Amino acid sequence: MSWSEFPSMSRADLRSLRKSIDESFRNFTQEYGESLERFFDPLLEFLIFSERLLLSTPWPIMIAICAALAFLASRSWKIVVGVILAFTLIGYLGMWQDTMRTLSIITVCTIVAIAIGIPIGIAMARSNKLQALISPILDVMQTMPSFVYLIPVVMLLGIGKVPGLIAVIIYALPPIVRLTNLGIRQVDPDVIEAADAYGCSGWQKLVNIQMPLALPSIFAGVNQTIMMSLSMVVIASMIGVKGLGQPVLKAITNQYFSMGLLNGFAIVAIAIIFDRVSQQYGRRIQQHRQGDHNG
Amino acid sequence: MDKNKQPKIQIVNLSKVFGRSPKKMLQLVQQGMDKNELLTKHRHVLALDNINMELKEHSIEVIMGLSGSGKSTLIRHINRLIAPTAGEVLVDGENVCNMSAGQLRRFRQQKTAMVFQNFALLPHRTVIDNISFGLQIQGKSDTQIKRSSYYWLERVGLAGYEKNYPAQLSGGMQQRVGLARALACDADILMMDEAFSALDPLIRSDMQDVLLELQRELKKTIVFITHDLDEALKIGDRVAILNQGQLIQQGSADNILLHPADDYVRRFVADVNRTGVLRARSIMDSQLQTSPDFSNTVVVQEDDTVREVLHSMLSADSYNALVTNQSGKTVGRIDSEMLAAAVNN
Repeated sequence: MSWSEFPSMSRADLRSLRKSIDESFRNFTQEYGESLERFFDPLLEFLIFSERLLLSTPWPIMIAICAALAFLASRSWKIVVGVILAFTLIGYLGMWQDTMRTLSIITVCTIVAIAIGIPIGIAMARSNKLQALISPILDVMQTMPSFVYLIPVVMLLGIGKVPGLIAVIIYALPPIVRLTNLGIRQVDPDVIEAADAYGCSGWQKLVNIQMPLALPSIFAGVNQTIMMSLSMVVIASMIGVKGLGQPVLKAITNQYFSMGLLNGFAIVAIAIIFDRVSQQYGRRIQQHRQGDHNG
Repeated sequence: MDKNKQPKIQIVNLSKVFGRSPKKMLQLVQQGMDKNELLTKHRHVLALDNINMELKEHSIEVIMGLSGSGKSTLIRHINRLIAPTAGEVLVDGENVCNMSAGQLRRFRQQKTAMVFQNFALLPHRTVIDNISFGLQIQGKSDTQIKRSSYYWLERVGLAGYEKNYPAQLSGGMQQRVGLARALACDADILMMDEAFSALDPLIRSDMQDVLLELQRELKKTIVFITHDLDEALKIGDRVAILNQGQLIQQGSADNILLHPADDYVRRFVADVNRTGVLRARSIMDSQLQTSPDFSNTVVVQEDDTVREVLHSMLSADSYNALVTNQSGKTVGRIDSEMLAAAVNN
């Protein structure tokens, strides 16, 4: 026996192992695929609704809304000017519709990730056992190459918006769960003791102390989630998600250099806008940390 | 003080062991194992060792000890932030250790309020919203919360700072917020865990005066933890001294200074400036109620400190002082030799 060759399973055994796994998953797909699809119907409707809303809104109003939101969140004129310039340029270069589609899927993905991620993060912060259980799952979600979990998702739900969205959420969910958990666990134990001493219930503690104090951390999680979902749009376009990803994909397969570059820059522009706006907002909600005596 | 009345807080046979299996370790202690052996052999900490103690209503009860003496652990048993390994804590005759989670919450909301060494204010809330925290948890109406919080804001001398955040205030001001937050709850028992220890000496002395002045009016039961003997003697109606988890002595300031229970206490009180603590009542001779036939005899109150007596006698160039009680009756006499003995002791 030589040590250079690993004593692996026989080829036949390996094949039958894979076959049996594939088969059982295929059976599962046939059995539950349809009901799963129906389960995700509300999500699909939400996606279609938001996409239609963004596409049917006249572009000047759309730009005005984005600029207003950016100002409300960041209170910075520099960012507002950047938003208007970026959107104008995107529109002028013929990428308006794709950009709206991408914005729509990012918005839906972020909302869903927040709705799922924050409760999971809170639950994790309250129980060490749960944390030990969920942490490795999050590791898998973040590091497993996205193509791998695209396979079962596509097998179950086919090609389209919903599987694309699920793939994006799987990739983008971990940071918000982790940072919610971390934010709550990092709350000063002295303050928690004070809350207990004044007779807070668990809920009162969560609402009055833990969540507000974890907010900056949670916000960093939201920011990360947005960034990660943006980075997934190209991969998601492979399973039929429309938006800025599709022209990039087309550009790769046909070697259209400028097309890829322009759409790539559009994605970057959206990412920078989201990032700056959410960071500024995050900084504003931390004002109480400044020790300045003039209020 | 009414001797028949039950004490506000009774601590009965209270022991606390920290570690993995505290109950089992406590049995070893009861069989005679000492604190150090428990720590080195079994890695368990005996924090409190069979404490029995009564804390009286309407008075400032100081619990004093150095770090590691168990004083902070002891005060946390009163509102069960820490649960005992053995023993009972009775507040108004009710056993805190037997309360359900809901009862305990209501008890903490209504009966106790706590002030912390590191202030433990809510950093994301303004001063006024910090003061109203306890009331909000109690579920009081908005108008009541507002009225009460602004009242206490003013009483602790922070009017005008209501919209500031804690991080914008100095330590002394932050602790005023902590005090206002506790007083706003209108609880009978005020628990102060090294409340002034983190403040610098001048501010600390100010805060002690604020507390004494408020107490004259409020008559709460105040449990005050400190490691500073001067502070203990200044504000305490009674002082309890803890060492290594055991209660060594409990009594009035004069009692502790004049009759230390053991060497530990004796060493402790050796450096104290007695003249500012001892009162005329404790050093006078109550057998001698008339002045000897000297011309210049001064009259002092029984609550006057030795320093005040000394000052009165020196300024009148007198060697004798008659001590009177609040109704003006003569209760004893002090001469210069008694004074000298009290100062040098």
